[in-house]
Amino acid sequence: MSFDYLQLLKLCAPETIMVVTALVVLFLDLAWLRTEPNRTRMTLAAMFTAAGCIAAFMWMLVVPEKASLLNGMLVVDPLTQLVKQSLLVLTLFTALLSIETTFTDHVGEFFALLLLATVGMMFLVSSEELLMIFVSLELTSLSLYILTAFNKHNAKSAEAALKYFLFGGMAAAVTLFGMSLIYGLSGATNLRAIATALTGPTPDPLLLAAIVMTVIGFGFKVAAVPFHLWAPDAYEGAPTPSAAFIASGSKVASFFILAKVMMLGFAGAEGSGAWKAYVPGWVPLLAVIASLSLVLGNLAALAQTNVKRLLAYSAIAHAGYALLGVIANGPLGLGALVFYVVTYALTVVGAFAVVAMVETEKGQGNLSDFVGLSRREPVLSLCMMVFILSLAGIPPLAGFFGKFYVFVAAVKADVKNLGYLWLVILAIAMSAVSLYYYLQVLKRIYVFPSEEGAVSQKGSLIGKTAVVVLALAVLALGCFPGWLLERILSGLAVFKP
Amino acid sequence: MLAWTIYISFLGVAVLMCLPRGNARAARIVALTTALGGLALAIGGFLAHKPGADIATIAKLPWIPSLGIEYHLATDGISIVLVLLTGLAAVAGVLFSWNIEHRAKEFFAFYLALIGGVYGVFLSFDVFLLFVFYELAIIPKYFLIAIWGSTNREFGAMKLALYSFVGSAMVLIGLVAAFVVAGGHSMNLITLAKFPFPESFQTWAFPLVFVGFAILAGLWPFHTWAPTGHVAAPTAASMLLAGVVMKLGAYGCLRVAMTLFPAGLLVWRDAIAWLAVIGIVYGAMVALVQKDFKFVIGYSSVSHMGFVLLGLMTLNEVGLSGAVLQMFSHGIIAGLLFAVVGRMVYDRAHTRDLAILEGMGLAKAIPFAAVTFVIAAVASMGLPGFSGFVAELQVLIGAWRAMPTLAVIAGVGIIIGVAFTLRTLVKAFFGDEAADVSPRQNESAAVLRPQPHHEELEPISVSERFGAVMLIAVTLVVGLYPRVLLDVIVPAFGSPLYDALRKGGWL
Repeated sequence: MSFDYLQLLKLCAPETIMVVTALVVLFLDLAWLRTEPNRTRMTLAAMFTAAGCIAAFMWMLVVPEKASLLNGMLVVDPLTQLVKQSLLVLTLFTALLSIETTFTDHVGEFFALLLLATVGMMFLVSSEELLMIFVSLELTSLSLYILTAFNKHNAKSAEAALKYFLFGGMAAAVTLFGMSLIYGLSGATNLRAIATALTGPTPDPLLLAAIVMTVIGFGFKVAAVPFHLWAPDAYEGAPTPSAAFIASGSKVASFFILAKVMMLGFAGAEGSGAWKAYVPGWVPLLAVIASLSLVLGNLAALAQTNVKRLLAYSAIAHAGYALLGVIANGPLGLGALVFYVVTYALTVVGAFAVVAMVETEKGQGNLSDFVGLSRREPVLSLCMMVFILSLAGIPPLAGFFGKFYVFVAAVKADVKNLGYLWLVILAIAMSAVSLYYYLQVLKRIYVFPSEEGAVSQKGSLIGKTAVVVLALAVLALGCFPGWLLERILSGLAVFKP
Repeated sequence: MLAWTIYISFLGVAVLMCLPRGNARAARIVALTTALGGLALAIGGFLAHKPGADIATIAKLPWIPSLGIEYHLATDGISIVLVLLTGLAAVAGVLFSWNIEHRAKEFFAFYLALIGGVYGVFLSFDVFLLFVFYELAIIPKYFLIAIWGSTNREFGAMKLALYSFVGSAMVLIGLVAAFVVAGGHSMNLITLAKFPFPESFQTWAFPLVFVGFAILAGLWPFHTWAPTGHVAAPTAASMLLAGVVMKLGAYGCLRVAMTLFPAGLLVWRDAIAWLAVIGIVYGAMVALVQKDFKFVIGYSSVSHMGFVLLGLMTLNEVGLSGAVLQMFSHGIIAGLLFAVVGRMVYDRAHTRDLAILEGMGLAKAIPFAAVTFVIAAVASMGLPGFSGFVAELQVLIGAWRAMPTLAVIAGVGIIIGVAFTLRTLVKAFFGDEAADVSPRQNESAAVLRPQPHHEELEPISVSERFGAVMLIAVTLVVGLYPRVLLDVIVPAFGSPLYDALRKGGWL
């Protein structure tokens, strides 16, 4: 079999650019910047990272490819390119918000790991083959574990990383076991080949076991109940940029690949989670996970006093909403899912950026530290309001349309009997609960009287600009969702489950 | 052109955000200009409106093509009347919050955002767009009450926000299901109204959507947000809450729930009519025993909104047009009542306790407030010559034709309404100083009670006079010549939206 390495390199160019950027950042910091002040190092490294992201982004824009190589190990099509582009945008903003923080003097290593995690996610997104999926999943996870532990002055950071790592290691092991079962059953590692091999009148019990095991690993990555236990600690303990990246980029990639594995690999074993029409398969499994996440995430968030923990529980709840898109099982569901997680990730990066700025000012991110923010930082407060209200699903922000689209997809999955309406009703009811805790944050910012009246000068111009841009993006994607939606849908045209 | 009522409001928000902090005067002027601009556009639109069954499209652009969602603004006789009401209430609200100094810029920004959302709801003919504007209005309400409110404001604000959000969540469930069942091609109100939804579907979707909207209209027993929210809110916000926000709920019921699910309406009609009548009587009876001046008005709103919902359930032309007229009339009268309580009395006397007000001799201290309140009270009781009379009479006639028992009970509600209004009027303004207080009560009240120093109360300002005269003039004009509105409202029920209701032979 002859193989065109040049083509492979061309297809992998964005990933290659990112790897090269990682090495350059690492080398530059090691060679020349050691003696510079921390702030300069951070800014320069972030600028290089941003440049790498933009270069990779532009490459994909200029050279749109469509190919599937090596038995589906590398699949490049408009949809995966779109998801990869959003991953790059998220990395870019995470890098910019890192400038605001001062938790480490291993600047080069931090940005190199950030970039490597992104590379892992990009490969994860563009693979339809189990082995490749597992390898890139591990590349992402290992980088993220280290990023979590990066604040060496804080014991909480180490604790969070250890929890994240132990849970993650276990989940990965179980997933690998599940994948080996799948290979045993089907004799294939390509997702589409697995689906063809596994079609039978009734699903094999062993296949069901394999499905459950595979779902555990992805459930861990997306922080869905009952695999969510690491999330609150990791979000709280990790340095804020790392937490932002775990909450955004990692979520996007994991959800996308979860949907692909389920919809492509287990096509035929979906079963049904419709009301009173239960059939075993992965859909009812995910339906249970989704409803647990919705209920537990939203209820536990009510009791939080730390904004990062609150965002963690809200992330668990949002995993529940996003799973509705996977449950919808079809192009519409996948489209809704991508729209939902991309807009959610943009919102949550912005929210974490504001938290990071409050942390640098006050030392912590407790709810009480947000009191009077509207007097100190009117622009940041307005942006935070946009992010929080988008998370709560208030129109005309992106979060509202994302939810709406996911709900439509879920109901459409069974129009005749409205079988999935129960899940939608639960999700909408829980979003009413969520407004309470989101308003708790905004209440601190706007309502509570504050002592100080002076506008603070903390926070760099770059960081603030990034936050404003994100807020505008969330508003624009809410007012004109069609812009992103049309791109997703045209990408979906080539995606045949 | 009417679309600019929405844009100008949000433009006002943007301008206010750019103003320097602490310049309350500039903020007020921007807000007043914006509100006046909105009113001028609304009046222009009203005058240009040709009465008839047509739905006049203002703007129709594809918004989210893949789901068939359009940016569709249009008017008919019902929405134009409510747009006019919004314009009037917005101007009055600014005039009555002329004394806001604390974070004035933010106050008016939230205020105008709320107004913009309300205009948007009344002008939307795409259900998705309508819902967007409807939810958009929730958040400004929360902040207006939580930051600038009085009694128990954080509780009142949160309760109001959560009730509204639960209501809109119910609506959203119904709308998503309806959208998908209808094929998922369009959210246009007219298209959806033509779609024959299965009867079993309508049976559960109608109460969900109707009650979801009606929570905001103060439907008993989901009305409890209204008194606490109204009392906690600053004057302008309670004027808007009672004046236009409660109408959003009723409008949603009429525009969305009733047109989309006519078969479901038939099933639930009696039950909802009963709830409406219970609301009328219950609201009035609770108002009768309140100690807080503002709570009286808060509960009276529940009672008067009951007439709107009862009117909707009559399903005949007299009753339905009466309901729309009552929306307008109550919007004006409730605005006036809250202005007197919140701005004229509370901001000066610093108490709303009727027992204390009784001894202050307010009729002599601030005669203008007393006169305004007498007129507002008389209008609210439904005396001929004021808008409330025509509206409630129409609802009662409609109800008499459709369900006589309920009409009689609602009539009883009117009588209790007269009782609590007169009681409040006498206590608040014409109380006999130091009389009617037993010695024992006198001891405990002596500490609380400020001695009547008439000259100390700040005189009624020009802006308040303007606002009050404007609202009184409107209620008089509509009361003396109701056809000015009815000629516009009645033909609107001939539009294709109400085809299904007419075919059922009920309209």
